[in-house]
Amino acid sequence: MDRTTKNSAGVLQYMRPDPGSQPPILYEPYRATVLRSPRKPLIFLPHTLSEVTGPVYGQDAVGESDHDLTRQHSAEPLGERIIVSGRVLDSNGRPVRNTLIEIWQANAAGRYAHVNDQHPAPLDPNFTGAGRTLTDEHGAYRFITIKPGPYPWLNHYNAWRPAHIHFSVFGAAFISRLVTQMYFPGDPLFAFDPIFQSVPDEKARQRMISRFDLETTQPQWATGYKFDIVLRGPEATPFET
Amino acid sequence: MDTVPTPSQTVGPFFHVNLTTVENCVRCIAGPQAKGERVWLSCRLLDGAGEAVPDAMIEIWQADAEGRYYAAGAVHDGAVLKSEDDPGWRGFGRLATDQDGSCEFETIRPGRVPGPGGVLQAPHLEVALFARGMLKQLFTRIYFAADPANREDPVLQLVPEDRRETLMAFPDGVLAGKWLFDIHLQGEEETVFFEV
Repeated sequence: MDRTTKNSAGVLQYMRPDPGSQPPILYEPYRATVLRSPRKPLIFLPHTLSEVTGPVYGQDAVGESDHDLTRQHSAEPLGERIIVSGRVLDSNGRPVRNTLIEIWQANAAGRYAHVNDQHPAPLDPNFTGAGRTLTDEHGAYRFITIKPGPYPWLNHYNAWRPAHIHFSVFGAAFISRLVTQMYFPGDPLFAFDPIFQSVPDEKARQRMISRFDLETTQPQWATGYKFDIVLRGPEATPFET
Repeated sequence: MDTVPTPSQTVGPFFHVNLTTVENCVRCIAGPQAKGERVWLSCRLLDGAGEAVPDAMIEIWQADAEGRYYAAGAVHDGAVLKSEDDPGWRGFGRLATDQDGSCEFETIRPGRVPGPGGVLQAPHLEVALFARGMLKQLFTRIYFAADPANREDPVLQLVPEDRRETLMAFPDGVLAGKWLFDIHLQGEEETVFFEV
């Protein structure tokens, strides 16, 4: 049987990831962390009801075509059409059902439809780069979009972000919430990107890279990429009786 | 399949195209019909140089006036779902900071929620900060200054006494019901952040 870890108020404790599997708060090669990272030690908080509960958000507002970023305007966006699909699971391998996933990304030329992105690449009038969907009863999700381009930024001389799609996922608890970035296999910019490299473990970094998938690739239409997401779940340790 | 959690990455500077559009941000945590003492909570985020952080997102999670969470997913032991007689209850807020590093939520003062050791927690809101330059979200809490329950709050007990004030919202002093909460990422007044 399973023994789950509870504190004295009977609240399930969530697992705490190994430090190497997540980025640190301060990572100097990513310059913006320097003034935006607390310097005093964080205070260890045993989980209470406030941490292990979480909002029901966005369920009623997801439109039928919100998951298809190629159908939000009068014509189709330029670029390489892709299908991004996968599952959201918790750290016990259980599907995270009916949870909101929000994504945002640059267009095929590497430009965001955002006022602060003024680098000289064309905007695409047929691409906003924002999508939403809910996971199904198996934790599965699917987006249709175009492959984003890499883009320059000002972190250091000749800095370029590898192509990526931002993912925001809720999960069951306020502390299971995850914002991450999905990358594409074989990107030559990985070695030079401090945001990607901020995750210490090589194996953990690989978890942010989607894989090409022939099975979800559709003939004459779109290539498929798989990206599974794992959120923190309640701690459960095997217990011999 | 691999069950090690996926690494966090920064929200970056362009999340506004989706997360905080007019449709997707949530200024009003408690609808107009929700019961309780109505408060307007003005949050301001400052970086290590004391400059406003104008490109952050703040998310809030809180209990209703009776200390009940309206929770997603499976019901946790001890979690109490919302009662049907509190329409407009949401419990969740999400806003982007403006040029002054500020944003203002409308909500009600939450009730007391059970804590470790069977001790009730003082009224508080859970806060998560997301921004360019933050590789993962930072967690803090907002308590209400001078609330007598603060003295016995089990989480505040974990915080050195001289830093507890950084977790307090203070009354605006001019507008009734308005509270101010400054978040200092660094410096003398650095806000307490929690490792959750």
